[in-house]
Amino acid sequence: MYNNLEVYQEIVLTIYSKDSEEERTMKKLTALLLTFALTFACVGCGSEAEEADVKSEGVMTYEEYVAADLETEVVIEAYVQAKQSWWEDKATVYAQDKDGAYFLYDMACSEEDYEKLEVGTKIKVTGYKAEWSGEVEIIDATFEIEEGSYIAEAEDVTSLLGSDELINHQNKFVSFKGMTVEAAGQDEAGNDVAFLYSWDGSGQEGDDLYFNASIDGTTYTFTVESYLCDSSTEVYNAVKNLSIGDTIDMEGFLYWYEGVNPHITSVTVK
Amino acid sequence: MIRTRKRMISFFLLLILVVGSSLSLTGCHGQKGLDAFVIPEEFDTSREYEITFWAKNDTNKTQTAIYEQAIADFEELYPNITVNLRLYTDYGKIYNDVITNISTNTTPNVCITYPDHIATYLTGSNLVVPLEDLFVDEKYGLGGSEVLFDSPTKGEIIPQFLEECSFEGHYYALPYMRSTEACYINKTYVEALGYTLPETLTWDFIWEVSEAAMAQDAEGNFLVNGQKVLIPFIYKSTDNMMIQMLKQKDAGYSTDAGEILLFNDTTEEILYTIAEHAESEAFSTFKISSYPANFMNAGQCIFAIDSTAGATWMGTDAPLCDISEDKIVDFETVVMPIPQYDTENPQMISQGPSVCIFNKEDPQEVMASWLFTQYLLTNEVQIAYAETEGYVPVTSKAQESAEYQDYLSRSGEDNSTYYDVKIEATELLLDNIENTFVTPVFNGSTSLRNAAGQLIENTVKSARRDEDINDAYMEKLYEDIISLYRLDQFGGQGMAVSAEKVDLGELPKTSVVLLSTLGVAWVLIIIYVVFQTIKKKRNRQ
Repeated sequence: MYNNLEVYQEIVLTIYSKDSEEERTMKKLTALLLTFALTFACVGCGSEAEEADVKSEGVMTYEEYVAADLETEVVIEAYVQAKQSWWEDKATVYAQDKDGAYFLYDMACSEEDYEKLEVGTKIKVTGYKAEWSGEVEIIDATFEIEEGSYIAEAEDVTSLLGSDELINHQNKFVSFKGMTVEAAGQDEAGNDVAFLYSWDGSGQEGDDLYFNASIDGTTYTFTVESYLCDSSTEVYNAVKNLSIGDTIDMEGFLYWYEGVNPHITSVTVK
Repeated sequence: MIRTRKRMISFFLLLILVVGSSLSLTGCHGQKGLDAFVIPEEFDTSREYEITFWAKNDTNKTQTAIYEQAIADFEELYPNITVNLRLYTDYGKIYNDVITNISTNTTPNVCITYPDHIATYLTGSNLVVPLEDLFVDEKYGLGGSEVLFDSPTKGEIIPQFLEECSFEGHYYALPYMRSTEACYINKTYVEALGYTLPETLTWDFIWEVSEAAMAQDAEGNFLVNGQKVLIPFIYKSTDNMMIQMLKQKDAGYSTDAGEILLFNDTTEEILYTIAEHAESEAFSTFKISSYPANFMNAGQCIFAIDSTAGATWMGTDAPLCDISEDKIVDFETVVMPIPQYDTENPQMISQGPSVCIFNKEDPQEVMASWLFTQYLLTNEVQIAYAETEGYVPVTSKAQESAEYQDYLSRSGEDNSTYYDVKIEATELLLDNIENTFVTPVFNGSTSLRNAAGQLIENTVKSARRDEDINDAYMEKLYEDIISLYRLDQFGGQGMAVSAEKVDLGELPKTSVVLLSTLGVAWVLIIIYVVFQTIKKKRNRQ
């Protein structure tokens, strides 16, 4: 997108430089209109521009990243999709480009820089590819902010649940549609409940929430990760208000822990 | 069933900021800390008390239920005391939250914690209640005449466990549960590799079997398990690993006064050995790979060292498991003490939660906290909680009770309450209490512990990344870790790295100006005094 704008600017300047004063006035207006038109066209055609998301020199494509061995150094460019946590100058972030997603675990980051990592921010990350319980991630990383912005649309992976194909979408911002809330466990009185604090109900308000939802007769577990979405968030409260049998649409990040373990960021009861 | 990876936070930076600023504010505004707690003559039962109890569970629903039951039973005995429970799943988070709450005077009343952490809390004035006078108070002390439940006497607390709560001349906590580390072994695979488990496990044996297990076929499948994944040896807590290895080798870690001895030649020697086995990928850690139990139960690990309090996750029939059933492999699990260098003199760490009481302005509120703390040592709570994991009750009263002895004798009756791996892990500690040790507690000991583990974590990562592990690497590693954990900057009790003299460098300009001003002022005062004296003498003449 940035390169295209430069080209448009050049066209406008060329038109402006060759004409008389009167014509210039007219052309000024034309140029101005053209500039606006082209600028808006650029914004409107964001997705087309994304396709031209060319990596900088020395930066891996997503395909190259996937092919890289574990424990080797990787350099990627991606766009922040969500910030999970910041502790002692270390940030954990979900990032994505048009081809795939990355989980940046404990990336070196000052508190000041963490504030700059808004959703959509483009970053260049240098770190090591690693795997923890099935979750492929980049660790011991550093980053720099670059020009550019991209916010991924949630990709509907409902039909991929239970398939081997799902792992290829690991860490992406995804959606699950038309699922039915199932019992997550029982309360002290033995009644079925729609969610649990912590995986076995041993937690309290503020801890991770676990809930189950099914489709086509198979039930899957979903998590509201309390570092990613704490108890003040809409999704945390939405899950607490779920009832068994509700039909829901969800969005979240396709995290992995000994199998798929989506970190849900929004729930809509239909 | 999912145990997620949450940050274990060292929080030394926050500590310096919060505790430091809290203390400096005290200095600036002339505010005093809390007055030292004095035991009241009587506990006033006509008043209502609301106390908070911050507790840690091992992401275990039964443990949560036991805490809740203990509170309900206690409140029935003391209807004027309400206990609010706040649950945590790691000690680091409790530590962090306590430190954050120190500056706002909102610490909990009663808190599950580690002595290392209490040493940090002591930076504040009278923040933590010394308990020795309460222990022996005739009315409300341990086994006191006015206590409304069957509380243990001081003599009934296992002396070694009680001593672990004593530092800086006071008892600042009561032990709550004790555990140690165990080596959970896939005996089936050890024997398949042609080895027989020795009576006492040694480091050499583990390294040798682990390397032997790395043999693969042409397709990259490991011969011992037929899978593409195998990490023969995984250690959960690398700080414990380093601490125990050093202790077994009688090498330096720290002195009681807080002098740091960790960065020595034996440590380096240990790191070289670890690097060798990390490079071959025969060894890894929890932080780098994941929970040892996940690999072990999938037949992808042979030696898993974890707490005895993690026993319910270990083995083919483990009642708790994070991996799907189709991944679980059938094998025989053996529980042994951690490997040793000197088989004649086994040494292993003593760990597990203790309970401390935070001081409050109202001594009656502190008394309510003390009574509840004592209640956690009753047989009802001790036995019930110990049975949830490979924990050991901290009182002889509980350990020797018929109920507890019956529990131990029923090992293997089922795969829940009487899960054999869990009870074997418990017995491991009961049989080795005299072989356990703890590290010195001082302000900064938490950071030193973290540093000990980080040395291993960094070395393993570097070895896996084919970096050169040599003298230059070690020198830089030591420098980086000292800097990361600010081990050369802690105040406390004269904490300094190694026994060598530390060069503090030039004085800051502000200090020079201040000292010069003081010097000039003193010179002027002396001149003035001398001048006045001479003047007086002249006047008299």
